[in-house]
Amino acid sequence: MHRIACHECDLVHDIPPMPARATARCVRCNAVLFRAQANSIDRTLAWTFAGLVLYVVAVSFPFLAMKNGPIFNETGLLTGIQLLFEQGIIPLATLVFLTCVLIPLIQMLGLLYIFVPLKLNLRAQYAMPVFRLFKHVKPWSMMEIYMLGILVSIVKLGKMATIIPGLAVIAFGLLIFVLNFALSSVDSHMVWERLEGGS
Amino acid sequence: MKATHTSALRLGLVSCGACHLLSRKPQALDHGITYCPRCGEELHQRKPNSIARTWALVIAAMVFYIPANVLPMTITSAVGTVSADTIMSGVIYFMQHGSWEIALVIFTASVFVPFLKFIILIYLLLAVQFKLVKQPKDLTRLYRFTEAIGRWSMLDIYVVTILVALVKLGFLANIEAGPAALYFALVVVTTMVAAESFDPRLIWDVVEEKHE
Repeated sequence: MHRIACHECDLVHDIPPMPARATARCVRCNAVLFRAQANSIDRTLAWTFAGLVLYVVAVSFPFLAMKNGPIFNETGLLTGIQLLFEQGIIPLATLVFLTCVLIPLIQMLGLLYIFVPLKLNLRAQYAMPVFRLFKHVKPWSMMEIYMLGILVSIVKLGKMATIIPGLAVIAFGLLIFVLNFALSSVDSHMVWERLEGGS
Repeated sequence: MKATHTSALRLGLVSCGACHLLSRKPQALDHGITYCPRCGEELHQRKPNSIARTWALVIAAMVFYIPANVLPMTITSAVGTVSADTIMSGVIYFMQHGSWEIALVIFTASVFVPFLKFIILIYLLLAVQFKLVKQPKDLTRLYRFTEAIGRWSMLDIYVVTILVALVKLGFLANIEAGPAALYFALVVVTTMVAAESFDPRLIWDVVEEKHE
């Protein structure tokens, strides 16, 4: 049995040990208090490793290409960011870089940093600040919106030229799902308790 | 599961914003900075200066919203002609060329969502400040909704980034990001931070105060 206050309405609940995959909701405002996960460590690690492979493909392979008669222009995920940077619109380039490139990577590396030692019954140094950082960056990871942006761009340029999606776009699209599976496999309550117990 | 019918505030407890550990409220909490005994996060009974901070950010976002809509988002140069497009002229372009779905997506993400966020956040702020909370559950739901939709406004920023990359020198046309792009990014960031600084527990504090 442990006590927890709802983070959206502050009501205090006493929660008994919960079966895996059960969700505890606040009785007053219906916010999700937490979800117990089965095999949280193994599942999180599996999805995170898969995500890292897709990530490498997404940043290194051709992303989108545009073909118009003899002219062929191939771009990578970072091309637009680099061009915005060269045009002097640095805050914009930084924002796109953070939300679609750097933060997803931080999320995955953060998960590895915490979960690999947990799997080995160890505790990484600074694991708690890292897990806190991981929680704080979450709303700023926006790959799915970038994907919608790709669709809009394809429609917009469709009349001017042919757009050819590259291998990296497919990897990027899959990464959105894989990263989401990794994040939803994380049993935060279990992680905090394990990190606390190890000290 | 058993609920206590009491808030942590009234029980003299404080819940950590990061790890959700419920601990006894330290004496020093009202005077200085104290940290969660488990994870080290700064402890707060409620998000600090929630109302003032949210107001400031909402007003800033509303100011940025004007140049974001009036100034050009993209500047396209093709064979000697230069054209500047605002968000709305882009929406109208898609409508006239038969892609009304895309027009609707851009309009919703870029124009409607930020506007809706302003309205909802101001409504929540006024409800809490003037203690006019009749349906706390609905207000909380409204808050969750604003938190969830804000990020989708980034859409147009990404479209500009992708267009800049695809249509660059070597082609007959060239697209550059216009000044509105920067203001628009500021709108998205400030409204997201505004939603994050609003504390939904304040809604329930009003309800509890009334029952006393």
